[in-house]
Amino acid sequence: MTWSSILIQLLNGLAGAASLFLVSAGLSLIFGVTRIVNFAHGSLYMLGLYGAYTLIETFGRTPLGFWSGVALAALLVGLAGALIEVAILRRIYRAPELFQLLATFAVVLVIKDIALFAWGPEDLVGPRAPGLRTPVEIFDKRIPLYDLVLIGIGPLVLGILWLLLTRTRWGTLVRAATQDREMVAALGVDQARLFTSVFFAGSVLAGLGGALQIPREPANLELDLSVIADAFVVTVVGGLGSIPGAFLAAIMIGVAKAFCIGIGTVQWFGVEIAFSKLTLVVEFLIMGLVLIIRPYGLLGRPPAQQRHSGEPAPPLVPPGWKVAAVWLVPLLLLPAAGDRYLVVLATDIACFALFAASLHLIMGPAGMVSFGHAAYFGIGAYAAGLLFKRAGLPMEAALALAPLAAGFAALIYGWFCVRLSGVYLAMLTLAFAQISWSIAFQWDSFTGGSNGIVGVWPAAWLASKTAYFYLALAVAAGGIALLWRVLFSPFGATLRAGRDSPLRLEAIGVELRRYQWAAFVLVGALAGAAGALFAFSKGSLSPSVISIALSTDALIMVLLGGVDTLTGPLAGAALFTWLRDEVARRTEFWRAVMGLVILAIVLIFPQGLVGGVKALVARWRRARA
Amino acid sequence: MSAVLEVEDLAKSFGGVRAVAGVSFAVAAGELLALIGPNGAGKSTCFNMLNGQLRPDTGRVRLAGRDIAGLPPRRVWRLGVGRTFQITATFASLTVRENVQMALYSHAGRLGSMLARFGGAFVAEADALLDQVGMRAQADRVCGVLAYGDLKRVELAIALANAPRLLLMDEPTAGMAPRERGALMGLAASLARARGIAVLFTEHDMDVVFGHANRVIVLDRGRLIAGGAPAEVRADAAVRAVYLGGSA
Repeated sequence: MTWSSILIQLLNGLAGAASLFLVSAGLSLIFGVTRIVNFAHGSLYMLGLYGAYTLIETFGRTPLGFWSGVALAALLVGLAGALIEVAILRRIYRAPELFQLLATFAVVLVIKDIALFAWGPEDLVGPRAPGLRTPVEIFDKRIPLYDLVLIGIGPLVLGILWLLLTRTRWGTLVRAATQDREMVAALGVDQARLFTSVFFAGSVLAGLGGALQIPREPANLELDLSVIADAFVVTVVGGLGSIPGAFLAAIMIGVAKAFCIGIGTVQWFGVEIAFSKLTLVVEFLIMGLVLIIRPYGLLGRPPAQQRHSGEPAPPLVPPGWKVAAVWLVPLLLLPAAGDRYLVVLATDIACFALFAASLHLIMGPAGMVSFGHAAYFGIGAYAAGLLFKRAGLPMEAALALAPLAAGFAALIYGWFCVRLSGVYLAMLTLAFAQISWSIAFQWDSFTGGSNGIVGVWPAAWLASKTAYFYLALAVAAGGIALLWRVLFSPFGATLRAGRDSPLRLEAIGVELRRYQWAAFVLVGALAGAAGALFAFSKGSLSPSVISIALSTDALIMVLLGGVDTLTGPLAGAALFTWLRDEVARRTEFWRAVMGLVILAIVLIFPQGLVGGVKALVARWRRARA
Repeated sequence: MSAVLEVEDLAKSFGGVRAVAGVSFAVAAGELLALIGPNGAGKSTCFNMLNGQLRPDTGRVRLAGRDIAGLPPRRVWRLGVGRTFQITATFASLTVRENVQMALYSHAGRLGSMLARFGGAFVAEADALLDQVGMRAQADRVCGVLAYGDLKRVELAIALANAPRLLLMDEPTAGMAPRERGALMGLAASLARARGIAVLFTEHDMDVVFGHANRVIVLDRGRLIAGGAPAEVRADAAVRAVYLGGSA
C-alpha cells in the first residue's frame, strides 16, 4: 500500500465512523439514563434512512431539499422514539430488565414491517448529496466531498453533545441520572419527562446517523439488526454510557473496517487471506480484545451500584413425572392424528424447545443472559451438515458429533464470556454469535456462503416425517431431562447460588467462573444437538441458523414462557413456533403481528405466560382458602 | 494461648491515600477482638485484606503461622476462615437448610457433581448448625423471605460450616434492631468460646463492643492508636479525642 492509499482508507474509515458514532452515542445516552438496552435503536436508524429518502424525493434533490430532508427525518425519528418510550417502555420500567429487552425486540419486529409496508422490500438507492457530488483530489486519489463533510460532522455532534451535557440543566440531570438514577428520583426530578427527553435525543441521533448515510448506502430492511450489532460493539468497546468512548470506538472500528476492505486479498506465506471479507470478524475481534483488557470498555467505568434490582429469583420447583406425562403423552400420540403438517410443526417445536431450554438454564438459573445463543445452534447445524456432506459421515454419526463441535465452540467462547457479567456479558455473546455468522456467511468455499448447504437428509429409516418426529422428540426430551437433572444437582445449585450471591459463593470456597464455564459448554452442546436435529429435518441449512434473529427468537421463547419456571421455556417455544407459523401463513406482515402479541404479553404478564398462570392460580387458591 | 491470626505491619494505599498504614495485631483462639474506629479509619480496608478481597501493599497476614496475604477469598476460606458480611450475603432462592448445605458440600468438595441430587447429603450436619443459631424451625423457608435478623443468623451458620479457626465478622449487627443485636453477638461469642474459634469483628454499636469483646483495638486514619481490655480503651485519652473531638 502506498501512503496516499493509506490516507484514502483512513478518510473512508472516518467517514463511515461518523454515522456509527451518532447511532452509538444515542444508544449509550439512552442506556446510561434509563438502563434499557434499546434493541430498536437500529430500527430507528433504518427509519432515518428511509425517511430521508422519501423526504428528499419530495423536497427535491437540491442542497436545501437534501439537508432539510435529513434534518426533518432525524426529528421525526426522534418523535417516534419518544412515542415508543411513552406508549410502551414507561409502563415497564419496574419490570425485570429482560422484559424491557423483550419489549424493544417487539418494537424491532413492528418497525421492520412498517418499513416493509411503507417502502416495500426493494433496496432504495438515495440521491447523492447535491452540491457535494464533486470528488476532491487528494494526492492522486479521489474522494467524495460528502465524505469529508461527514468526517466533520462526527466531532461537531460530539461537541454539541458535550455542550448540552455540561452546560445545560438537562445535561446535568442526564449525567446525574447516569451515575445514580435512584438518587435523582429521590431529589424530586420528574423522571418521566427526563426519560422521554433522553429517548427523544437518543432517537434523533439514531435517525440522523441513518439519514446522513443516504448518499452512501441504500435503504434496506436488513439494516435494523446489522446496525444494532455494530452499535453494540461500539458502545461496549467505548464503554457503556460514555459518549467520548463511543466516539473513540467508532473511529477505531470504522477505520479498521475501511482498512480491511482497502487491503483486499493478500498472500501470506502462500495462504490467501481475503481481508475484505473479514470486516465483521475484525470488528468483533477488536471488541473481544478490548473487553479482555478493559472489561468495561475504553472509557467506561464499572457499573454503578444498583441498590435493588427487582425481586430475588423465586426458588425452582423440580418437575415431577406428572408434568412430564402431561407433556409427553399427547406428543407421542400426535402422529396418529394423521396430519402431516402438524407432525412437521411438532418436529420444529421439539428442536426449538431443546434450544430454548438450553438458553434458559444459562440465563435463568445461572443468571448469564446470552444475546447470541444461536451461535451454538448454528454451529451444531453446520457441523452436522459439513460432516454429512463434506466428510461423508453417515447421518447418525454426524448428528452425534455435532453437539461436540458446538460444545467445543462454547468452550472457547465461554472462556471469555464468564469473565464478564450483566449487559457486557450479553453483548460479548452477541459478538461471538456474529463472528460465527460472518464466518458461515463469508467463507463461501467451505460453508457454501449465503446459499448454505443443501441435501442434508436423514437416513432411510428416518425418512418419514413421523419417524423423524419421534427421533426429534426423543433427543429433545432426553436433552431437557438432562438439563433439569443438572439444575437440581450440586452443580446446578452452585449456579443458582452464584446468581443469587457471587460474593457469598466465593466466601465459601467456590470459584464460580469454572462452574459457569462448564455450564456454557453443556448448554452449547445441547443447543448444538437441537441445531443438528433441525438441519436434518429441513434437508438444508443457511447462515440464518446462526443469525441474531434466531438468537432473539430463543430469548423471546424463554421470556414469553417465563424465565423463573422450568416448563415456561418449553411452552414459550411451542407457542412462538406455532404462532409464527400460523401468522406467517396468513399475512406478509407476520412480524408486526408477532411484535404486537409480544408487547401485549409483556404489558399484561410481566412474569411470562407460565409465571402469569401460576400467579393467577395462586391468587385463586388464596381466594378460596 | 497461641495466636490464630497474626497481622504484621499491614499497609494499603489507594492512589495517594494511605488507607491502612502499618497495622499489627493478633487474635488468639477463643478470643473476641473488636476492631473499632470512626468512619473512614480504614476498618473495611483492613478487613478486606484479611479475607483476600484486597491484596496488601506490604505486610504479612499469618493464619496459624501460614502467610495468607494476597490469596483469593475462596482459598482463605479453605484454610479455615469463616466470614459474615456487613450487608448479609446469602442465596436468596435457596432454602435456609440448602444455604448451609452449600457450604458443607463445598467443604467436602462435592459441588461439582452434575447428576447427583443436591440436598440429600449433610442434612443432619446442616440442621445441627441451624439448631445452634436458632434457625432450625425455619430450615425449609426460602432465604429471600426471611427477616433481616434471621438472615444474619443464617450467615453465622454458613460461616461456621467449615469448622473455622477464625471468624471474621464485618459489622455483624448493622441494620438490626437494638434488642436483637445483643442476642446475636452473645450467640456468636458463646459459640466461639465453646469451639475455641478466634473472632475478629468490626462494629459501630459500642454496647455490643464493650459488652462482648475480650479486647478492643482502635484504628484512626489508618493507624492503630490504642488497644487493650475494653475498660482500658474506654478510658484512653487518644480514643476519646478521636470519637469526641478536642485535644488529646
